[in-house]
Amino acid sequence: MAETEKMIFPAQLHETADGGIVVSKLDDLINWARSNSLWPLVFGTSCCAIEMMSAADAKYDWSRFGFEVARATPRQADLIIVAGTIVMKMAPVLKRLYDQMPDPKYVIAMGACTISGGPFFYNTYSVVKGVDHLIPVDVYIPGCPPRPEALLHALITLQEKIKNETYFRSDKIEMPK
Amino acid sequence: MSLLGEPELTEDGEFVINIGPQHPSTHGVLHLKVWLDGETIKKVQPHLGYIHRSIEKMSESLSYRNFIFATSRMDYLSAHINNEACALTVEKGLGIEAPPRAQAIRILMAELTRLSSHQLWWGCMGLDLGAVSPFFYGFRERESIMEVMEETCGARLTQNYMVPGGIMYDIHPNFQNRVKNVLKQIKENFKEYDDLLTGNVIFEGRTKGVGYLSPEDAISYGCTGPTARGSGVSCDVRKWFPYDGYDKLQFNEILETGGDCYARYMVRMAEMRQSVRIIEQMIDNIPEGDFQTKTKAVLKLPKGEFYQRVETARGELGVYIVSDGAASPYRIKYRSPNFSNLSALEHMAKGAKIGDLVAIMATIDLVIPDVDR
Repeated sequence: MAETEKMIFPAQLHETADGGIVVSKLDDLINWARSNSLWPLVFGTSCCAIEMMSAADAKYDWSRFGFEVARATPRQADLIIVAGTIVMKMAPVLKRLYDQMPDPKYVIAMGACTISGGPFFYNTYSVVKGVDHLIPVDVYIPGCPPRPEALLHALITLQEKIKNETYFRSDKIEMPK
Repeated sequence: MSLLGEPELTEDGEFVINIGPQHPSTHGVLHLKVWLDGETIKKVQPHLGYIHRSIEKMSESLSYRNFIFATSRMDYLSAHINNEACALTVEKGLGIEAPPRAQAIRILMAELTRLSSHQLWWGCMGLDLGAVSPFFYGFRERESIMEVMEETCGARLTQNYMVPGGIMYDIHPNFQNRVKNVLKQIKENFKEYDDLLTGNVIFEGRTKGVGYLSPEDAISYGCTGPTARGSGVSCDVRKWFPYDGYDKLQFNEILETGGDCYARYMVRMAEMRQSVRIIEQMIDNIPEGDFQTKTKAVLKLPKGEFYQRVETARGELGVYIVSDGAASPYRIKYRSPNFSNLSALEHMAKGAKIGDLVAIMATIDLVIPDVDR
C-alpha cells in the first residue's frame, strides 16, 4: 500500500496549523509531473497511425495515462511516436521535427518498419532500415502493426523510464562503486 | 493569366504556403504547396513520395503467394479488398476460381472492411471540420468490426486473409453470431451519425457547394469510388465488372448529383447502409464446402498479362501483372484509386478558401501510402 501511494504522489505530506508542508526530492516531483502529462506529436506516416488513433479512442483511451493532448506542432510536444515507415525522402523531415522539439524529448518507435524496416527490409531502395539511424529511440514496439495495448504498454514503459531520471544530482559527489 | 506560370505569380503578391508533410489534416505525409491570394486558393501542387516504399519493385522479387502481404500496407483501411484484388489476379492467371464458400466469405470480409473504413473516414471528417465527438462514435463501431476481424483472421488491421485459390483458413465458429451483433449495433447507431453530422447546420454550411467536381472532370481526371459517384458518375466495379459473385446480390449503386463535398459525404453514408444490406443477405447463406481450391506449392503464372479490378472503399483498384512464366511476377503495377482522386484536388480547390481545402481533402478520403505505394 505504501509503495502504491509513493507511486501516485512521491512526497510526504505534513499537515500544520497554517496549511501543510510537502517533503520530497525535487527529482521525484519533477519526474512525477513530467511522466503523467506527456504530449505526443501528431505524427503518423502509415498503417501504425491507425492503431495509434485506435489507442486514442474510447475503447483503449490513452488519456487515462495523460497522453490525450496530441499536438500538431513539434514546439509543444514532449514525445514523438514514429508510427509507420520512414523513407529516404521523409528522413530529413523527421530529423527536423525532432530538432524542433524542446528538451526533454522522447521517441517511441512503433512497429516493425521503424525498428528495422520490417516487411520492407529486403529488396526495397527507398526505406530507412530503422528509425534509430536518424534519431535516438527510447522505447521500441514490435508488431506490424502493434496492437493499441502494445502502444499503451510502451507509453507506460516510457513513464517508468522518466520516473528514474535525475536532474539535480551533483557530479562532484562520488557514487559508490 | 496563366495559373501555371509560377515565378510571376508570387511577384503578384501571392502567398505560397506549405501544408504538410507533417500536418494532421493531410491524413498522412502528403505535402501540398498552396498559392494563395488572400484566403483564396489559386493553385495547389501535391508533392508525393514521402511514403514511397517501392512496393511494386519489391513484389517483383516475391513469389505469387508472398507479394499479397505488401498490399495490406498500401491502402491499409481496405486491406482485405486489396488482398482480394491480388488473389483474383493470380487466380485469373492460373485459370482457377475460388470455391463458393470462399467467395461468400470474401464478400463478407470486404463489406465489413468497407464499413470500418467509412466509419473511420466519418470520424476523421468530423475531426477535420472541428468536431471531436464523431471520432469517438465512429471508432466505437469500428472497434466492433476489428474484433470480428481479429477473431477470424488473427489481425486487426493488416489481415492477409486472402490467398490465391480462396482464403487462408475457415471462419471462426462464432463469426456469424458476432457479425449479426455488429450489424444490430451499427443499424441502431446510424441515427446517431445523422444526428451528429448530417443535419448539422455548421456542417452543411462547410460542405454544401464546396469543392465542386463536374461529372466530365471526374471522368477526365480518372476519379473513381465515392469521389466520382458524388458527381453522378456510375463507376461501381461491383456492378459493372462483378467479381466473386457480386452479381448475385441485391444492392444499389449510390449516385448523388451534387458534385460537392456534401454529395460525396452522402454517398459514403448511403454506402454504409448498402454494405449492411449485402452482409445481411450473405451472413446466413454461406455455402458449405471447401474454403480453398487446391493449388501447387509453387505457383507459376503462364506467360502473359493479367488485369483485375475491384472496388475498394476509395474507388477502383486495378492490379496488373506481367508474367514471364517464372515463380515471381516480371512486373506489377497497381492502379490505385487515391492517386487518381488526388489529381482532381487542384481542380476542386481552385477558387475555394483555404479552410475549405481541409473539407475537400476529407471528402476525397485520402490514404497516402496508397498514393505513393
